[in-house]
Amino acid sequence: MEVRLDVLLAILGMALVTYASRAGGYAVLRAVRAPDWVQVLLRHLPGCLFMAYVAPPLLAGGPGAWAGAAVVVAVQLATRNLGIAILSGIAAVWGLAWLAG
Amino acid sequence: MAEPPGPAARRVVFTRDGVRRGVLRSMPLWVGMLPFGVVIGVLSAAKGLSFAETMLMTTIVFAGAAQLVALELWADPAPILAATIATLVVNIRMAPMGAALAPWLDRLRGWRLWGTLATLVDHSFAMAIAEQRAGGRDAGYLLGVGLGIWISWIACVAAGHLGGGMLQVPPGHPLFFASIAAFLSILVPLWRGARLDLLPWLVAGLVAIAAHRAALPVPLPLLLGTFAGAGLGAWMELRGRGAPGWK
Repeated sequence: MEVRLDVLLAILGMALVTYASRAGGYAVLRAVRAPDWVQVLLRHLPGCLFMAYVAPPLLAGGPGAWAGAAVVVAVQLATRNLGIAILSGIAAVWGLAWLAG
Repeated sequence: MAEPPGPAARRVVFTRDGVRRGVLRSMPLWVGMLPFGVVIGVLSAAKGLSFAETMLMTTIVFAGAAQLVALELWADPAPILAATIATLVVNIRMAPMGAALAPWLDRLRGWRLWGTLATLVDHSFAMAIAEQRAGGRDAGYLLGVGLGIWISWIACVAAGHLGGGMLQVPPGHPLFFASIAAFLSILVPLWRGARLDLLPWLVAGLVAIAAHRAALPVPLPLLLGTFAGAGLGAWMELRGRGAPGWK
């Protein structure tokens, strides 16, 4: 049940900026109307963020990861269910790794 | 973003019944979150976080995507600054959510307002907006959905940490594809069509890959890719509108 000081500080930092995003966003955007470009930029952030996140490991992952990625996107489109899409992707990558021996 | 309170907004209430209804409506989401939560738990164990540390992060940060990104760059000693910056970049997307929920939130005070905001996540936001558009007046619903997701999230991560600690999942195991899979499936509903998103997403991915190849330290590839893509997207959109003040 140990909590190390460096880990505690990292977690507190994460918690602080997260609450600032949740509550501060409401407090600030209610008081002042953000300029257009800020609002447009914020709308573009999530998609670009997740693309920037998945691109390097996907490229490095090779054909197995690419096939898994295609399965995830297809299942997400078909079912609209995050959990099923994730599980299908893992199953595909696992199955291909097993087939490749 | 906030509209002047009309007669509808004036009747906004916050009841225990609304909270209970929100918790009940969140239950179908629990199944969908199970793999994601378990992955966070397994990854936390693999990165050497104790059960107490994992539970503390899950309880007070309560943001799956941010936890995933932070855990991917985790090291010993803990990367305090990198984890905080990465979390901010991932979670800043939640800033406009509260503003969009203003018709409800503006009627709340004290813990009801600031406590409800603490539970705000993508799913509770989406469900509350749908409820609002359907004429819902009970702001307790938003807190209820958030609370339901919070409790199940903590349980899923706990199960993942305990299970992952027992299984000792080795690095490179197919289970770790789950983090990529999670973000890919989040990307699907974010897609707003090729005109708006194709070039920005492409640039975000390519810049991240280039920064990664250049061996820039984490979370720089993520930051550079994100803002290169989002900046281009914003520029393209505003230029198309001919908005003043953007040069």
